[in-house]
Amino acid sequence: MEEKMVTVEIPASLYAKIEGIIKDTGFKSVSSYVTYVLREVLAEDEEEQEVFSKEDEERVKERLRSLGYLD
Amino acid sequence: MIKPHGGRLVNRISHEERLREEAREMPRRDLTLDEARDLANIGHGVFSPLEGYMCREDFEVVLEEGRLANDLPWTIPIVIDADRDEIARVLEGDTLALFYEGRPLGILDVEEIFSYEKKRYAEKVFKTTSEEHPGVARIYAKKDHLLGGRITLLEDPPTNFPRYKLWPKETRVLFRERGWRTVVGFQTRNAPHIGHEYVQKTALTFVDGLFINPLIGKKKRGDFKDEVIIKTYEVLFEHYYPKDSATMAVLETEMRYAGPREAIFHAIIRKNFGCTHFIVGRDHAGVGNFYGPFEAQEIFDYYPDLGIVPMFFKSFFHCAKCGGVVNDKICPHGPEHHINFSGTKIREMLLRGERPPETMMRPEVAEAILSFDHPFVE
Repeated sequence: MEEKMVTVEIPASLYAKIEGIIKDTGFKSVSSYVTYVLREVLAEDEEEQEVFSKEDEERVKERLRSLGYLD
Repeated sequence: MIKPHGGRLVNRISHEERLREEAREMPRRDLTLDEARDLANIGHGVFSPLEGYMCREDFEVVLEEGRLANDLPWTIPIVIDADRDEIARVLEGDTLALFYEGRPLGILDVEEIFSYEKKRYAEKVFKTTSEEHPGVARIYAKKDHLLGGRITLLEDPPTNFPRYKLWPKETRVLFRERGWRTVVGFQTRNAPHIGHEYVQKTALTFVDGLFINPLIGKKKRGDFKDEVIIKTYEVLFEHYYPKDSATMAVLETEMRYAGPREAIFHAIIRKNFGCTHFIVGRDHAGVGNFYGPFEAQEIFDYYPDLGIVPMFFKSFFHCAKCGGVVNDKICPHGPEHHINFSGTKIREMLLRGERPPETMMRPEVAEAILSFDHPFVE
């Protein structure tokens, strides 16, 4: 589960802008902010790929109905 | 729909009969009920993005930084311990069957076996090394080694609340089917008093749905028993909650009593269930005087990338002059007019068989508690 880190280059002006943005936000570094933003963007793509099959979704709905969560 | 923590809902479930048979041939470790519940939590994605028990690097970074090695927020180690005899039977790269009550519930691919310092674990997670702290006492009772690696869940452990047992995949469909785009999660280990109800309803005013998610699992002496919590919420739902904007399901895991760190952990879990918001009240997941009253709110400043919105509440109280339930932000009157919803006071009254006043607790809720001979964990 070890996570290796690599270096990615971004324009110095963008780096400086991010430094300004993250001041007093809890982000400890530009790297952690950039990681967060990229992860968000990539997750959107992943989520689109990760759709239930029709049968799977119907099974879930059936269970929810049987427990009284859905009409 | 809000994305699960780390972007993908983990699914480590296999129903293959072959694996179940193979598990019976493997070296085995027997699980407690709480361990079995957390195995299922990993398998069903409640603890997404974890796919198993933490290896050393994740464990160390969680202790030091309150994050996984890949920088994602994560504050509570999810680990499984082993003693010398157990690790004599498995090597890194082996598989270990995880049994509960004679049934193989899961398989662990042992990636790493490592030792750890219990005092440091306690100090980092609980901010104390005192054995008086119930979470610390549990760490000290753990065996000396930890096993890290991915799991496969073969079967769910038993539950006492099948009517309210939902996994994130199901709550996500439920919220979507109900048309809730914003959902606030409420963590509880208490029977509800009026203060809890007002916190929940105030939060619900700003979102589409309310998800009450009582924590079922090992608790400390004096806490409400699980069945009492469920019964009292059933009563509250029946009489006082809007059916199309509030719902309830259980979360089966032990209370760690890790205060601020556990508040982040609880928020991540609710994000995985599909909540967009999470209520954090006074002394969330605290115990005794180990944490400041609002430490569990302040810690959120360090997690701007958490991906779920915390809703902070100080405290609600009844103000005789205002003539109702208010909070310190909206009430101008002094403490002489206030009746606080003291959990300790309510507990003492209930232990004496007395019904708390209606300004503190709904009569139906009090009645439900008093219908139990022993409503508290002994």
